[in-house]
Amino acid sequence: MTDTNNNDNINESTSNLTIVQPDLHIERSLYSELSSKFKDKVQIVYTKPNRIKIYVKPEHIIEVAFFLKSQLGLDHAESVCGTDYPNENVIEVIYHLNSYSREEIAPIIFALSTKTDRNSSYLPSLLPVFKSVEYHERETYEMLGVYFQGHPRNERFLLPEDWADIPPLKKEFRIKGR
Amino acid sequence: MTNEYNESFERKLKETTKFGLEVVKEAAEDRLMTLSVGPQHPGSGHFRFTIKVDGDYIVYCDPDPGYVHRGEEKMCEYRNYIQNIPHLERPVIHDSTNITYSYSLAVEELLGIEVPRRGQFIRAIASELNRQVYTLYWLAIYGIFLGHSTMFMWPAGDRELFIDLLAALTGARVTHAFNIPGGVRNDIPDGFKEKCLNYINYFDKRLKEYEDIFYNNPLFRQRTENVGILPKEDAINLGVTGSVLRASGVPHDVRKVEPYDVYNEVDFKVQYMKTCDSFARAYVPFLDMRESCHITRQLLDKMPESGEVRVKLQSNPKGRIGEAYKRVESGRGALSYYIVSDGSSKPYRVKISVGSFRNILALPHLLVGSRLGDMPSIYWALNYWPVEADR
Repeated sequence: MTDTNNNDNINESTSNLTIVQPDLHIERSLYSELSSKFKDKVQIVYTKPNRIKIYVKPEHIIEVAFFLKSQLGLDHAESVCGTDYPNENVIEVIYHLNSYSREEIAPIIFALSTKTDRNSSYLPSLLPVFKSVEYHERETYEMLGVYFQGHPRNERFLLPEDWADIPPLKKEFRIKGR
Repeated sequence: MTNEYNESFERKLKETTKFGLEVVKEAAEDRLMTLSVGPQHPGSGHFRFTIKVDGDYIVYCDPDPGYVHRGEEKMCEYRNYIQNIPHLERPVIHDSTNITYSYSLAVEELLGIEVPRRGQFIRAIASELNRQVYTLYWLAIYGIFLGHSTMFMWPAGDRELFIDLLAALTGARVTHAFNIPGGVRNDIPDGFKEKCLNYINYFDKRLKEYEDIFYNNPLFRQRTENVGILPKEDAINLGVTGSVLRASGVPHDVRKVEPYDVYNEVDFKVQYMKTCDSFARAYVPFLDMRESCHITRQLLDKMPESGEVRVKLQSNPKGRIGEAYKRVESGRGALSYYIVSDGSSKPYRVKISVGSFRNILALPHLLVGSRLGDMPSIYWALNYWPVEADR
């Protein structure tokens, strides 16, 4: 999205650097390990340097997450993010997983994504697998209204105590005047 | 003896019931007292947590953040990629360069642009200086938390030097809005390099004095050593980050693990400790400050003498359809942005994952079972910034 002149400037300034082609062998090997175990239960969305995203149906997410933790060493979640897609009538929930214990895959962010219906949003909680998702899932519940089955506290966390509106990160919630 | 006591107790019980009075035995939960710490507590910041104490021991803790929740993520969806910068640095104004750093990196990936080399160096220098500002502020509050007024005055004074440097560089004292997608807002002023080196050399000497008066102080050591132990396995499971993680023996620093911009050209060590207590969590940021001086010197040395500092963008740039996840190491640990773009000039969804929000999960874990008197040293050593966690 830049002007052509500016692109020329960038090439000049970085010409003395050796440009390393992205080598995705760690990302690919992680995915091949996963697909050999789960076959077509997991679908790959994209692979780019240090980033993988896979899609799993809600009914398989706990076993996939458990495999990722116990076999691949992805031991904690950096964030849990919900995104509302009113046109497709789904809410996508993404767990961004990362590893502290395995140094070679520490740069990799593994995005585990799943989708739920927008009108009755229920997902199994990953709290039994990852202790680190506790507050993130609570935040996703209050911001998008996704109920996490198995989470002990699907309740308010950041919003005011007397919040009586729809979950604010749903697209139909509008900021006043905008 | 016991029988005699029981008999007399039974006798008294009968006498009491004769008058129509009811005897209620003490229940287990009657021993507990519920205390609300914050948000008006002078040290807690805009944050409250409820604790239950049994005598002097804390048996229950429930954090309740959200007093300064502004809905930054929602606000992002209504503004374009450039307009988002000034309000995104509000959650942590003392570290405003770092919180816009990863945002800029993510937007650059979506716009498909690369920052000029000189711009990358200036960014890294500004973020190192800003990290010092944040850590000094945090250290000052930690000092006053534990009743050490000198440790409030000294970092608060030395912080001014870095603020002056950043004011010369960016034009503002705390909220810089300096990192923008495509580079930095302006080039460094004349004489900045020498001034910066002078300050860094002075500060490096000053750190030795900090160590003598604060970290080697027997009173401070008694209050923090072997207090609030967070073992390595727990730290990994809870997913804590930054100095809290490194104090538990995990040498994880985003600058090293996944170097962004020019950090792969800088030689530095990841500072970590294995004692897992509050002292380690207080000492690792101090070691980081020393390492940060070392990094800044190298960055100043290696910076190209001239060149562009930013890519000029269109007036209302549109991101390509897709998503980006970028993270940097801030004063409180990994700070990451997940941005979804639908091809328009405004982001479709922005998720900010901040170190404070992740570290607060360790608070109930550490407080339960510890003494009430250890609460301040455990709480503030978590490197928690309430406003950032609330977003």
